[in-house]
Amino acid sequence: MNPVYYLYLAALLFTIGAAGVLIRRNAIVVFMCIELMLNACNLAFVTFSRMHGNLDGQIIAFFTMVVAAAEVVVGLAIIVSIFRTRHTASVDDASLMKL
Amino acid sequence: MSSVASVHSLWTVAAGAPDRIPAPRIEYAQLSPTLIVLGAAVVGIVIEAFLPRRSRYYAQLLLSVVSLAAAFAAVIGLAAGGFGSSKAHLAAMGAIAVDGPALFLQGTILLVSLIAVFTFAERRLDPAAHGNRVDSFAAQPAAVPGGTAEQAAVKAGFTTTEVFPILLFAVGGMLIFPAANDLLTLFIALEVFSLPLYILCALARRQRLLSQESAVKYFLLGAFSSAFLLFGVALLYGYAGTVTYAGIAEVVSDGAKQIDPALAGTMGNDALLLIGGALLLMGLLFKVGAVPFHMWTPDVYQGAPTPVTGFMAAATKVAAFGALLRLLYVVLPGMRWDWRPVMWGVAIITMLGGAIIAITQTDIKRLLAYSSIAHAGFILAGVIAASRDGISSVLFYLAAYSFVTLGAFAVVTLVRDAGGEATHLSKWAGLGRRSPLVAAVFAVFLLAFAGIPLTSGFAGKFAVFKAAAESGAGWLVVVGVISSAIAAFFYIRVIVLMFFSEPKTDGPTVAVPSALTSTAIAVGVAATLVLGLAPQYFLDLAGQAGVFIR
Repeated sequence: MNPVYYLYLAALLFTIGAAGVLIRRNAIVVFMCIELMLNACNLAFVTFSRMHGNLDGQIIAFFTMVVAAAEVVVGLAIIVSIFRTRHTASVDDASLMKL
Repeated sequence: MSSVASVHSLWTVAAGAPDRIPAPRIEYAQLSPTLIVLGAAVVGIVIEAFLPRRSRYYAQLLLSVVSLAAAFAAVIGLAAGGFGSSKAHLAAMGAIAVDGPALFLQGTILLVSLIAVFTFAERRLDPAAHGNRVDSFAAQPAAVPGGTAEQAAVKAGFTTTEVFPILLFAVGGMLIFPAANDLLTLFIALEVFSLPLYILCALARRQRLLSQESAVKYFLLGAFSSAFLLFGVALLYGYAGTVTYAGIAEVVSDGAKQIDPALAGTMGNDALLLIGGALLLMGLLFKVGAVPFHMWTPDVYQGAPTPVTGFMAAATKVAAFGALLRLLYVVLPGMRWDWRPVMWGVAIITMLGGAIIAITQTDIKRLLAYSSIAHAGFILAGVIAASRDGISSVLFYLAAYSFVTLGAFAVVTLVRDAGGEATHLSKWAGLGRRSPLVAAVFAVFLLAFAGIPLTSGFAGKFAVFKAAAESGAGWLVVVGVISSAIAAFFYIRVIVLMFFSEPKTDGPTVAVPSALTSTAIAVGVAATLVLGLAPQYFLDLAGQAGVFIR
């Protein structure tokens, strides 16, 4: 099977993730969409790695997973703390500061 | 499926021991500034775990100051050893560059962070709670503001001494960011300094709702932009088959010289290069705070604890511009004719947008945030020059700007009323009558922001605009001067407000800081005046540092 199809899939997943970040209102769902974007990057890395026949892309995919895990730790801590204060995780409600 | 599949199959018949993998060569001495800071951060975490609460504050403060000073000494040592010029080379198997711009920016970041540690440690400004001196950070950030858990924590005299190791981790990432010499290192460094900053933003003692809101906004937008950056890295990897800067630059400039026919779809594909480069620039311009990607800046600057805002505004900008310079000058010089028009547009809307929106602001922290956006535009003018003068002028501007910013935010922490810092501009009316010294110091910083001669802001702006004009960006300089004039209006307006209006009876008081914040402000004033009155030595220094290694 032509590996280019995986690139199209990666681009599609990335676009779905980016659209989700812009459309969804719940901070957790927004954050999940960001994770989807990172995973789309991983798919692209692994596909390019296969096409070029070197291992750089696969190594980078591992680094990306670690970064995504670290991001979850920090992100969920922040989102949970604001949820406990306001009893909502909607990003639309976080509007105390003027534009 | 022909030659691609035969490159590497999914199974192998070899049963013998695999070849020994050679150990990588790491030049520890040349990486010592980063290693010292990151090592101290780890030690700081251990201190949090093992030392009793009473002694943590002093231990953390001492550790942070000593490690940052030691790292700065290491940078000076490397620069004196010629690593900034003749011995510049790539360390850690080509992952990190040790060259003039990297050392100059690392030195700047370390000095700025050292002063930021002083403002972090300030404990005289807030009134003592239950007999304990408190700093700007929440007693227990995990507790709900106003809840019983928080009251108990305040009563027990808890403080968030974790801010010091978190700060050190951020500094470690910032040291790597402008020195990163492959795209993977760039991405990891970006995350290493961003994640601690997200946490620091959420830790304010006063007005924690705003603080948490700023952290959520910064985190979601920051993660969003770094996902774009990562996809750009993926596309550039697909384009060049490597993530090292030199490797990509070679493919960019040599074009499609020797490309495997099986890889013709990706390697050397201009669409991948252009989209990948654009996504990468997007991620970096977000960190810089340039205009289409600036929306987070005012909210985060306003909501974050003011010492954190000062640190973030100064050090992040230095690190991000360093990485942007290296990317444009080392990786993408071959497509200068593609990125220069784009950056022209970004610089123009950044300068004008920042200056014009700042006029309508009524909060001093938001005003400084929009002024930082305008300054990002001025620095971009130097980046666009794409010449050696461009590099050195940007280096000088960054050094000058970061000290002014840090000093200005340190002054903001002093003006207080019952609710904490009084950041609304109306409260600053008549400050010059009530406490002339603080108002005069703030006026010096504002004049430096505005670029009035005899301050560092003027020397920096002059260097940047000169480099841009010499590279043929004359119209950009015209726009830059116009937006400087617009920006000068609102800086001067604050000065007029402070000195020529009647103080209100229920106005804010000016807290008397301890030696820590006083030192920070004094260093800011000294740097502003020295770089303004006698900039030549530092311009020469930046000039010598202005060559990237590839």
